[in-house]
Amino acid sequence: MSRYTSEKKAGKSNQGLHTKKSILLTVIMGALLIYSLLPLFWLFVNSTKTQAELLNSFGLWFSGPNALWDNIVATLTYNDGVFVRWFGNTLLYVVVGAGGATFLAALGGYGLAKFNFPGKKAVFAVVLGAVAIPGTALAVPTFLMFSQMGLTNTPWAVILPSLISPFGLYLIWTYALDAVPTEVLEAARMDGSGEFRTFFTISLKLLAPGLVTVLLFTLVATWNNYFLPLIMLSEPTWYPLTVGLNQWNQQAQTVGGDVIYNLVITGSLLTIVPIVVAFLFLQRYWQSGLAAGSVKA
Amino acid sequence: MKATHSTLRRTAVAVATGLALSLSLAACSAAGGGSAETGTADDIAAALKEKSTITVWAWAPAVEDIAKAFEKEHPNVTVKVVNAGTGNDQYIKLQNAIKAGSGAPDIAQIEYYALPQFALSDSLADLSDFGFDEYASEYTDSTWGSVNLDGGIYALPQDSGPMAMFYNKAVFDQYGLTVPTTWDEYIATAEKLHAANPNAYITNDTGDAGFTTSMIWQAGGQPYTTTDSTDVTLNLQDEGSKKFADTWNQLLDNDLLAATPSWSDEWYKGLGDGTIATLNIGAWMPGNLESGVPEAAGDWRVAPLPTYEAGDTASAENGGGGDAILKQSKNKLVAAGFLQYMNEGEGTQISIDAGGFPSTVADLESDDFLGYESDYFGGQKINEVLVQSAKDVVTGWSYLPFQVYSNSIFSDTVGQAYADKGDINEGLTAWQKATADYGNEQGFTVTTK
Repeated sequence: MSRYTSEKKAGKSNQGLHTKKSILLTVIMGALLIYSLLPLFWLFVNSTKTQAELLNSFGLWFSGPNALWDNIVATLTYNDGVFVRWFGNTLLYVVVGAGGATFLAALGGYGLAKFNFPGKKAVFAVVLGAVAIPGTALAVPTFLMFSQMGLTNTPWAVILPSLISPFGLYLIWTYALDAVPTEVLEAARMDGSGEFRTFFTISLKLLAPGLVTVLLFTLVATWNNYFLPLIMLSEPTWYPLTVGLNQWNQQAQTVGGDVIYNLVITGSLLTIVPIVVAFLFLQRYWQSGLAAGSVKA
Repeated sequence: MKATHSTLRRTAVAVATGLALSLSLAACSAAGGGSAETGTADDIAAALKEKSTITVWAWAPAVEDIAKAFEKEHPNVTVKVVNAGTGNDQYIKLQNAIKAGSGAPDIAQIEYYALPQFALSDSLADLSDFGFDEYASEYTDSTWGSVNLDGGIYALPQDSGPMAMFYNKAVFDQYGLTVPTTWDEYIATAEKLHAANPNAYITNDTGDAGFTTSMIWQAGGQPYTTTDSTDVTLNLQDEGSKKFADTWNQLLDNDLLAATPSWSDEWYKGLGDGTIATLNIGAWMPGNLESGVPEAAGDWRVAPLPTYEAGDTASAENGGGGDAILKQSKNKLVAAGFLQYMNEGEGTQISIDAGGFPSTVADLESDDFLGYESDYFGGQKINEVLVQSAKDVVTGWSYLPFQVYSNSIFSDTVGQAYADKGDINEGLTAWQKATADYGNEQGFTVTTK
C-alpha cells in the first residue's frame, strides 16, 4: 500500500511534463488502485461487525449495527489487555530497532562514502552480499547464537538483529556520495571542526532525506517483522503485534479456544494505523529528498 | 513461507552440527545440577512439597485452569503456563531450544503426530522412569499406542480425536438425504446434495495432511514404519492409502468438495449456513462447533464415520495430543507430578469441561459423560457415538519421526493434486518422494516402496 501511495504522489509532480491523458492508462491505474485499496476497505468494513455478523454477512459491505467501538474496546481489553502490551512492544522494537538501524546505517554509509581506507572494496562486497540474504534465512542461526548468549526470549533478541540494515547502509552510502560534497567537508576541516562534529552538525542535515528513506524502510520492516520474533520469543508478554495477532487467530483451531476473528480483524486495523500515519507524515521528506538528489545544483 | 521453512531447517541443522561440541559440554555441566532423572511416586510427592517453579508450553486454554487448581493443592509449586504458539509454531521453537541446549520448558504439549519427532530424537524424558508405564490400562489403546514409542513412554495422553461424521441434519432433511454409512453412499449423497443445491457441498477439503493420514489410517493403511528410530520405510501407495485415494478421487474429480480451507472464516460460515453439510473429523469438534458456529445450534448431529465395507466399524484418530517432559527439564519430579495431575488425575475433568475429548477410559465410560445430552446437537447423546468410535480405532498406526516437516510440504505435493483436480495417488507419490529426500538429508535411512 505504501509504495502505491508514493508512486501516486510522485506521478502528480510529473504532471507538468505530461499533460496528455491516456484513457487506457487511467483505467489500468484505477483498477490497480481498487486492487490495492480493496483489502484495506475489507479490513475497515469487517472491523465494524460482530463475530456472528462477520460470518453471516457479505464481506465487502457493512451489515448490522456498527460494532466498531465495541470491537475496539474488546480488542484492547481481551485477555487482560495483552493487545496494549503487544502494541507497546512493537513500538519499542520499532523505535529502538528501526531508529538504531537508521543511525548505524548513517554512520556506516557516510564513513564508507567519504573516507578512504584499506579493505573498502571488501566491505562493499560484504554489504552487497548481505543485502541479498533475507532476514528469515538468518533467523534460526541467530537464534542458536543468541541462545548461547542467553539473549533469547528477551527484547534484545528482536532489537539487536533489527539494528543491522545492509540495504539502509548501502542506500546512505550512495546517497552520501552526492548529497554531501567533499568540498564542504574539507572546508569544515580547514575551520578546525572534528570529524564527529562535522558529521553531526553538517553532514547529518544534508543526509536527512536519505535518512528518512532508510527510516521508512526499516520502520516498515520492523513493524511487520514476524518470523524473527516468532522464533526468538516464547513469552507472549514480549510478542509484537504480528505474532500476537496470529496467536489470537490460531485460537479458533484449538480445543476450548474462543473464536475471535472480529478481534483479530479489529486488531489488524489498529495495527496498521500507526504505520499509515508514519508513512503519510514521513513521505513528504522522502519525496523532496528524491527530487533534491536528482537535480544537480 | 513453506519453502523458506525447509531451507531454514537445513541451515539450522548445519549450524547445530557446528555447535554440537560446545553444546555437549554445556549439557554435561547442566546434568550435574542434582535433579533426579528417575523417581517413584513417593519421590514425586516429596518433590511437590518443596518450593519450585516449572514452565509448561501449551496452547490449550484448559491447561491454565488445571495449573491454577494444581497450585491450590500444592502451594509450594508454581506452574508457569506459556502459550508459545499453536502446533507448528511451538514445535519450531521447541526444536530450536533443544538444538540450542537451553530455553526449553519443563513440559510441552505435543500432538500425537509430532511426538515421534521429539521422542525418537532423544529430546523427551522416558516416563517409564517415573513408573508411568503402569498407567497403560487407564488410557484408550490408540492414545497409549501414540505415546508408547520405541519401548518408552514419552507423553501422557491429554485429549484424543476418534473420528466421526458430523452432519447438518437441517440440510439433510431439506434435501431428503439419508445418513450415509459407507463411503460409496457418502459419494452418492454428495452427488444428490450438490445436484439439489449447486452451492452446497457434502464437505470441504483443499488437501489437509492431518485429515489424509487419518483417512489412510481408517482405510487400514500403514504407510510409515520406523525401526531402530532411524530406519524408516515409506509406502503411501499401500493398500489402505490407495483405498482412500481412489475413493476421495471420485469426490475430487466430480467437483463435489468445497474448496474452502478448514478453520478459515469462510469455513465457519459454510458450517453455519449449510453449504458444508458434513465434517469427518475428530471427537473434539463439538466444542468448536458450539463456540464457532452458534447460529447452527440444533442443526448438527453426529454419526459413525462411514466405512469402506457395509457393516464395518473401522475408525481412526484425528488430532489430539499429550504432554511430555523435556530432557532439558531441571525439575523432572515436579514436572512428573503436574503431568500426572493434568492427564491422569483431577485435571482430566477440567479438560473435559473445556471441550476436550478425553483419552482416559474411566472418563470415557463414566455415566455422566456417556449420558450427556448436547443441546447444540438437538439433545443427542453425542458421546455414545464418539466413545464407540474410540473403541473402533484401527490398531497398528504410527507416524513418521519427521511428520511435522512432512505435513508442512503436503500442500506443495498432494495439495497440488487438489488444486489441479488431478489424481490424489500421484500427489501421494510426490509427497512420499519429497518426504523421503528430506528424511535422508536429516540422517535417516529411508526406504520407499
